[in-house]
Amino acid sequence: MTGNSSTHRLPSYLEYQGKYTGIRSWILSTDHKRIALLYLYSQIFFFLAGLVMGLFMKLELIAPGQQIMGPQAYNALFTVHGLTMIFLFIIPGLAASFGNFMIPIMIGAKDVAFPKLNLFSWYLFIAGAVIILVGIFSGDGPPDTGWTFYAPYSLKTNTNVVLSVFGAFVLGFSSILTGLNFIVTIHRMRAPGMGFFRMPLFIWSLYGTAWIQLLATPVVGITFLMVVADRLLDIGFFDPAKGGDPVLYQHLFWIYSHPAVYIMILPAMGAITEIIVTFSRRTVFGYKAIAMSSLAIAFVGYLVWGHHMFTSGMSETARLIFSFLTFLVAIPSAIKVFNWTATMYKGSISLEPPFWWAMAFIFIFMIGGLTGLILGSVSTDVHVHDTMFVVAHFHYIVFGGAGIAFFAALHYWYPKMFGKMYNKKIANWGLIGLFVGFNTTYLPMFFLGFMGMPRRYYDYLPQFADLNLLSTVGSWVMATSLLLVIVNLLRAKKGTPEEMDNPWGGRTLEWTIESPPSLENFEEIPVIDREPYELKSK
Amino acid sequence: MEQQHVAHTDHFDPVASKLGMWLFIFTEILLFGGLFIVYSVYRYKHPVEFHLAAEELDVTIGLINTIILLISSMTVAMSITALQLGNKKLTLILLGTTGLLALVFLVNKYFEWGAKIHHDIYPGSEFLLSLSKGDMLFFGLYFFMTGLHALHIIAGLALLGVAFFKVKNGSVNKDRISLLENGGLYWHLVDLIWIFLFPLFYLIH
Repeated sequence: MTGNSSTHRLPSYLEYQGKYTGIRSWILSTDHKRIALLYLYSQIFFFLAGLVMGLFMKLELIAPGQQIMGPQAYNALFTVHGLTMIFLFIIPGLAASFGNFMIPIMIGAKDVAFPKLNLFSWYLFIAGAVIILVGIFSGDGPPDTGWTFYAPYSLKTNTNVVLSVFGAFVLGFSSILTGLNFIVTIHRMRAPGMGFFRMPLFIWSLYGTAWIQLLATPVVGITFLMVVADRLLDIGFFDPAKGGDPVLYQHLFWIYSHPAVYIMILPAMGAITEIIVTFSRRTVFGYKAIAMSSLAIAFVGYLVWGHHMFTSGMSETARLIFSFLTFLVAIPSAIKVFNWTATMYKGSISLEPPFWWAMAFIFIFMIGGLTGLILGSVSTDVHVHDTMFVVAHFHYIVFGGAGIAFFAALHYWYPKMFGKMYNKKIANWGLIGLFVGFNTTYLPMFFLGFMGMPRRYYDYLPQFADLNLLSTVGSWVMATSLLLVIVNLLRAKKGTPEEMDNPWGGRTLEWTIESPPSLENFEEIPVIDREPYELKSK
Repeated sequence: MEQQHVAHTDHFDPVASKLGMWLFIFTEILLFGGLFIVYSVYRYKHPVEFHLAAEELDVTIGLINTIILLISSMTVAMSITALQLGNKKLTLILLGTTGLLALVFLVNKYFEWGAKIHHDIYPGSEFLLSLSKGDMLFFGLYFFMTGLHALHIIAGLALLGVAFFKVKNGSVNKDRISLLENGGLYWHLVDLIWIFLFPLFYLIH
């Protein structure tokens, strides 16, 4: 782990001229860093597409009655918004982009275990996205089932469900292969001296995530194939008219799709841990507790799917057990939050933009987490089930949690990935705007839900008008701030190697190499003789 | 980049590729696991209909296919041992035998399905729709699960085909045996799934 002298630098992975040039040097590259950027750009593209759809939905809800679209268009819009945001942005999430970029570097390797498989996963991702897109624009119109494809409606609707479901199946395959690649990489490619308990905590969270991807995704894969078979071959797995059981569909769907929430949030928590440790300028508090809590979340998260189905028809015993297990998830999640706080305690905190983003994450994630307990207990869930309360909770966790962590990670690792620094002042203003806009958009939905406004309708009763108007205005603030944040990142300026190699004083391996890294990351594979967050003694 | 990358992919870790294969096999088991759950639930709901429908299936042809797959699993295991011992010719013969057995399995399957379809038993057929719900589900599951299994046979066949040609041109050899070993593992998985499908559909009465 020698420091870098600026006189002797290899060309970075961005400059490197290989066999291919132009676009082919990207889409045929097996370099994990270029693949990570392919994911990053595609994900941000889909995020912006989903954002525009969300804005249109909020615009429709600005006042009671029909504003800009009718019920069918609204149903299609919230379905496609969900498909895009969930399957194309946040399930690949931080793992596909930042995980791909950082895993080999943080464990001291030159690449992932299977570089070609890694590129293949990205192609599957794009193929799945194209299939879904074709499904939206062809046949009898975009699906209107919601992203959950609940049977039997998904078997009966005339819209183009088959292609969307099949696209989601292909995306699942991509996710499985990414998880597989990461597990093998973490097991086999760690630098000499880096035991499992010397890995950075981001890697631990990705390790837990990879196991969920691997073990949960096949179940939804086969479920989606059964829906396709039901529609094309008329089998009737989930069609009550032919003996099928729609509740069974819900079970199989949530066996994956609840753990999928942890696929989204675990890497986010890992990135937040890295940020807090770096900017607190202390070693992490409770390393093993944080590492194990990632695995605990991954494990318990498997056993709670039934809390999506409290009103779908389950025995009282099953409901109570699922409710109890759901409360258990709060324990490892809280362990993380408490350890983050303890890490900051008596730290010499440096208030840089990524740290503020991490703070926003904790604040919003706590609201999301605590309202989750309201949904997790059977009696209160029955009251707010299928209302705007659920929409608010879900967005606090997935957008306010995983989404904001995505941008936190982007601000944290941006200098490392591109060798450029953005304008920190604008980054902070962007965050403030986003924070205000986010809460203005989604906080009213909690109240609307409690007052009884159901979700997934293009229209509502007059008494909900004021809060909905507030929410819509909030969505404009949020979108403007996001635009500001992204433009600010795009306008980042190149800095000198001394400024960019380690601008935050990070201690994990990625900060010991050049920014942007060279093709093979390390000239020499480092030998690890210290804990991941140990402060330099000199 | 390519220059250095050739060097990089040359970094050859047989343990990693085997670990990767095992993980992939987990996912395949879970894929079929979802179907086994569905099967169990519907069998529990419609025990009599499942019992009667199962008697329509031809145990003999199922048994023959079971034996064929078991033998093919043996030949693929033997081909790996043969290559470990450096006997390339025997490896190729055994791999070829495995492939042939797989084809025989598929041909049997074709005739078995053909007979069912000839008797107007297939998903969505007029006749099947006139039967009970349990019958519809049984035959739906039968076609879906054995069909998915047949797709896995074809995938395994392709994988072993690649291994065959790589053994032939020498790029898979005694010292770099991973591809063949992983192909063999996959083939055992395909065999194993059939070992569960056979009693579930043909034998339980």
